[in-house]
Amino acid sequence: MKSDVNALKFVIVGHVDHGKSTLIGRLFFDTDSLSADKMEEVKAASKDLGRQTEFAFLLDHLREEREQGITIDTAQTFFKTKKREYVIIDAPGHREFVKNMITGASQAEAAVLIIDVDQGVQEQTRRHAYILAMLGLEQVIVILNKMDLVGFSKDKFEQVRTEAEKFLQSINIKAKFYIPVSAIKGDNVAKRSKNMKWYDGLTVLESLDALQNRVSAENKAPVMPVQDIYKIGEKRIIAGRIEAGVIKKGQKVKILPSGEDTEVKSIEKFLQKTDKSVAGESTGITTSTPAFLERGNIICAGDGQPTLTDSFRANIFWMARENFDKEQKITLRCATQEISCKIEKIVKRMDSSTLEVIEEDAATLKPLEVGEVLIKTKRAVAIKRFNDLEELGRFVLVKNENTCAGGIITEV
Amino acid sequence: MKHLDRLENQSIYIIREAYSQFKKVAMLWSIGKDSTTLLWLARKAFYGKLPFPVMHLDTGYKFKEIYEFRDKYAKEWGLDLIVSKNQKALDRGVSPTKGKLECCTELKTNALKEAIAQGAFRALYLGIRRDEHGIRAKERYFSPRDEDFEWNYKEQPPELWDQYKTKAKDEEHIRVHPLLGWREIDVWQYIRREDIPIVRLYFAQGGKRYRSIGCETCCNPVESTADTIDKIIEELKTSKVSERSGRAQDKESAYMMQKLRSLGYM
Repeated sequence: MKSDVNALKFVIVGHVDHGKSTLIGRLFFDTDSLSADKMEEVKAASKDLGRQTEFAFLLDHLREEREQGITIDTAQTFFKTKKREYVIIDAPGHREFVKNMITGASQAEAAVLIIDVDQGVQEQTRRHAYILAMLGLEQVIVILNKMDLVGFSKDKFEQVRTEAEKFLQSINIKAKFYIPVSAIKGDNVAKRSKNMKWYDGLTVLESLDALQNRVSAENKAPVMPVQDIYKIGEKRIIAGRIEAGVIKKGQKVKILPSGEDTEVKSIEKFLQKTDKSVAGESTGITTSTPAFLERGNIICAGDGQPTLTDSFRANIFWMARENFDKEQKITLRCATQEISCKIEKIVKRMDSSTLEVIEEDAATLKPLEVGEVLIKTKRAVAIKRFNDLEELGRFVLVKNENTCAGGIITEV
Repeated sequence: MKHLDRLENQSIYIIREAYSQFKKVAMLWSIGKDSTTLLWLARKAFYGKLPFPVMHLDTGYKFKEIYEFRDKYAKEWGLDLIVSKNQKALDRGVSPTKGKLECCTELKTNALKEAIAQGAFRALYLGIRRDEHGIRAKERYFSPRDEDFEWNYKEQPPELWDQYKTKAKDEEHIRVHPLLGWREIDVWQYIRREDIPIVRLYFAQGGKRYRSIGCETCCNPVESTADTIDKIIEELKTSKVSERSGRAQDKESAYMMQKLRSLGYM
């Protein structure tokens, strides 16, 4: 394994009891990724509860999770194949813990959607798939699990595959692979199944190895949201992470929202001399003029600069436990920008599982609903459409110190 | 961007974010490899001079190498060092032989409570990692603790797109975990790349080394001949033993770590 190959982060999602934790256990087991004492701990904990060894306990580590046999919160863990290393993000399948699922999925580069072939597409299958689409996760592997329960039937596989494909198409997800699997018995996970000779596609491990790491935004026009300003000796260092493009010494840049022009005088990294910083880098710059700068400003350059506006259209996913009434003020956070805003109009209120429109021009959003909304911010913010630049096209809404919704910008 | 660069940049972003939002912050430094790496990253984030204090929870049972290392680098790196010790509990005779749950809770968690109250800190940086323990695998980068220091693991805040829980009620404090996504081997590879000084307890002597360090009373060395960083990295690539296998407090009873952590332990 080459050390410069990046670990790939993927999330496993799907309806409760469709086999997420069993699949994870199987992946660990078949790739020999378990430490001896970890396995001992799981065996002992299973025995204490009078059960067979539960693979699920590898990630379900909270006492409540083990006793009740559910996953409450997302967890992350590691395994590797011959090709590369992986971070598995486990996500709970219960309706009550959708916000934990979103937390997990938002950190992934790819997703595995698991469906019990005997039960077909269920409420959380659809909701989770919609969340993947909303988060912009384009690499999706669909696993039809529990093939052993349907006698490894090709017809049953094809039937559920068609059902899943139809739904995924409606939310613009084109899955890369559909794989018939029995996670509990190990069919088509690491080893090709002897029970399904009719299937000539990839195993789960092979399909994971076929995924790509997320491409960096390095080739786009430069964007650096200002995170903080430090006074170090005589220097005023503007600290932040480059979210797109490359910032170089001597480059002419614009500061939003003021629109002031300046030039990058130097790139500042501790004990390191460099003339440029690229997308993904936490860095610092100084400017050639004493331009006014503060946290939340956006430094940019070149074509396709962010749009400065106080109103835009977005899709939001409401995950707080309380309803949201559209008269309430709420705080919007996009990159390092933070500003009070109002939802001017809830154009449509939708069920996040069926995607049915519940109401048009609604006054309220309820937990786990999706709203197509018009947002009005108190002052102008620098944003882009999610499809153009994710980092300036997504935001959260915060009320009473809590993140209540995630949103993506569809029109500016 | 390469793997270690990705980790480094993400951690620096988190370190800067917490300072920008809370200002009244402190960093816990156990002098172990993780918190020393964290300290190194913070020095990078703030150009060599930390704008906040570094806190050592001194149980009185630490290895002497830990004290020596602490004093040497606190001076060399110009750290504002707070040493916090629960002397009352020590005077009462609290010790690991009388019960590890009480000992860790008194000498670490309660010492920490005292120090947070004194410094009025709103957030604390900690070097914990997901791959150390199943309970830590459930953590957030920004994780709130209530006035009793309790971790409400059943109701954690959502955390997406690097938007963290940076607003807290007055009585709460936030635990900030910039190294959460690092693995043990990443830490060692980074130590090698950056040439970060490390306590020599980690290097094998007489066929044994410490893989995780804390109090002398509750740490057992593992069999190892790895006496250089290169050898440690090679060892980790093939090891089937988990990192904290030598840490007694994780093991005293089932769900010990969950109990300790829900009471405010690291």
